Amino acid sequence: MASAIEFDPIRLPPEAEALRLEVRAFLDEQIAEGTFDPNTAPKTDGFSREFSRKLGAKGWIGMTWPKKYGGHERSFLERYVVTEELRAVAAPTRAHFTADRQSGPVLLKYAPEEIKLDVLPRITRGECCFCIGMSEPNTGSDLFAASARATKADGGWLLNGAKIWTTNAHHAEYMIGLFRTSPATTENRRHGLTQFLVDMKNTPGIAVNPIRFMNGMHDFNEVVFEDAFISDNHVLGEIDSAWKQATTELAYERSGPERFLETLYTLVELVRALGDRPDTRGAEGVGRLVAQLHTMRRMSVSVNGMLQAGKEPMLEGSIVKELGTNWEQALPGRVRELAAFIDEETGNRATLDDLLQHAILIAPKLTLQGGTTEILRGIVARGLGLR
Amino acid sequence: MEDTDSIIIDTATRIFQDLGAPRTILNARDESWKQALWDTLEEAGLTQAWTPDDLGGAGADIADGFDVLRVAGEYAVSIPLAETLLAGWLLARADIVVPQGPMTVAPARRGERIELDADGALRGTARKIPFARDAGGIAVLARRGNDAVVALVDCADCAIAAGKNLAGDALDTVCFDGVIPQIVELAPDGIDEDALFQMGAAARTAQIAGGLRGILDMSVDYAQERVAFGRPIGKFQAVQHNLARLGGETAAAIAAVGAVADRLGRSASFDDQVLFEVAAAKTRVGEAAGEGAAIGHQVHGAIGFTDEHILHRYTMRLWSWREDFGSESVWAVRLGEMVAARGADALWPMVTAQ
Repeated sequence: MASAIEFDPIRLPPEAEALRLEVRAFLDEQIAEGTFDPNTAPKTDGFSREFSRKLGAKGWIGMTWPKKYGGHERSFLERYVVTEELRAVAAPTRAHFTADRQSGPVLLKYAPEEIKLDVLPRITRGECCFCIGMSEPNTGSDLFAASARATKADGGWLLNGAKIWTTNAHHAEYMIGLFRTSPATTENRRHGLTQFLVDMKNTPGIAVNPIRFMNGMHDFNEVVFEDAFISDNHVLGEIDSAWKQATTELAYERSGPERFLETLYTLVELVRALGDRPDTRGAEGVGRLVAQLHTMRRMSVSVNGMLQAGKEPMLEGSIVKELGTNWEQALPGRVRELAAFIDEETGNRATLDDLLQHAILIAPKLTLQGGTTEILRGIVARGLGLR
Repeated sequence: MEDTDSIIIDTATRIFQDLGAPRTILNARDESWKQALWDTLEEAGLTQAWTPDDLGGAGADIADGFDVLRVAGEYAVSIPLAETLLAGWLLARADIVVPQGPMTVAPARRGERIELDADGALRGTARKIPFARDAGGIAVLARRGNDAVVALVDCADCAIAAGKNLAGDALDTVCFDGVIPQIVELAPDGIDEDALFQMGAAARTAQIAGGLRGILDMSVDYAQERVAFGRPIGKFQAVQHNLARLGGETAAAIAAVGAVADRLGRSASFDDQVLFEVAAAKTRVGEAAGEGAAIGHQVHGAIGFTDEHILHRYTMRLWSWREDFGSESVWAVRLGEMVAARGADALWPMVTAQ
């Protein structure tokens, strides 16, 4: 059974490494120009239309997509390098990232041609923000229990119900949402769900209500639909058969470097604060954290190598996210321990403390978004043959 | 590469399935299985996977040797296979023809030095040498003044004080005082005690990864077979989550070993990139050993804690192997010191260089 788990030692190809240098030079330039500040960026909402348009102009959004739709037909591993370099300095990518990572690929696979030609180039130009409408009040990640419904009307569908924990719905141009179009059958509990492309800016009957985090930040929303009309050509894939679509796309979402680099800045600042001759405790602590980070990254690169090879690494992707999000969640606590005896007047101590406070407050979220640890472990258990 | 990998893995797997299965060994009345297993491995060339053709070996890729060790780990057998591969590797660096038979290496701990005196005799003691009293020869990294030399020593010439690890495997103290080696050759540049430790640590990561895979397989099987409270325990979510965590630790170990094997295979010397990769792997795989053993025992319940079950053959070896050639704490300190010396702004470039 375990022989089903494989992580080939993929090394990034030379063109990906050349691209890395280009991205770093671009980021150094943006930082110098004051577009964003890595020392404070983690505490912002990471949302910048301007920055997204700059990345679009560089060709770094929709990198793997066909040129016909504004893409650049580059490899998954090249995209990986761009993603991790942006994440490593907490660059403000949230305006386009969901669209780049998963909404765009869903449209590529399931949208009608006219939708592809209209929407995908806007994504690659950095002009289009997407949100994902899956979780619902009282059901969370239990997609079987989805009750937001779409009922057939003349020329399209009427949406009613609500989605919750919807990141960036207050900014988004579009949502890809999962709605019930038929009751589940006794033969197939997965029957009856359909994915829709929802225009969030131009559709009457949609209300977006903010849900604030305990640290005061606004990221999540509740989205309520009341007789929102969506035309027939905004159905994605086959009516009543969206289950496979929704679960497959999670493989893309779950294995990228953003799944373990969210709190990396605390480790970098810790290394700075410990200085070039740490005591044994500090050296061991940093060594363990770097060893863990390195191994996670090797796994994540490997999963992206599988995607590049055309595979759908559901098991491996879920393992990477489960390990990665638990790691990035534990990291602030570990950094806090290792920093405990550093002199409070040390050079970057104030920056470290400031970022650490932020990281501690967001840590609980990291194993909730995109599927909780328990959901992921359930998927891994299924991959091991237990369900 | 694909075909070669498969052939070597398949060969090793078949041999261990036939002659090294834990249940068979546990039930054996004596240790005659060891000789049969060893002879078969030797005949297949697997004991000399890291020795070039012209020096008495199989001439396989470095990565193939790691695959063999990973398969061996899946059966958690108590034979000096890793040590013999290491000895073959070390002797070959100095162009010494590698003898047949089980071997081991020395020193195995940082800070220990074995000297070669002007009169050609060795001096020094090496502790925690795996399988010294079971081996025919020891490949020794010694110092003649400041020069590193590789020496082939007959075990019969040494004073060996018996010791054992948690699993009961030989972990001996070897006194080399006055021993005249059979052969001594100058070691090439870069082959020193630290290079030997890195190879030893890397070999142990492969064995541990295999052991974790073995524990995962038997734990999943057990969870599906054992019925409690009216259904297989594998249907309980708490057990599933533990097995998912074990799957994650096993996956991390497999990935780390793959990275190390790949790095060593493409590197001409023990540079900082190799040290980074080895230190990271020994640290992370050592952690996985502790986590994986704990989960394996938790899933198996009381039966797994008994002598009659095979689980302890795996868990006690994992706890032993994580100590050898430096525990995860030792390697974490080395990695941490390397990171600190380069500074915070070099951390991300260091990670992405791998």
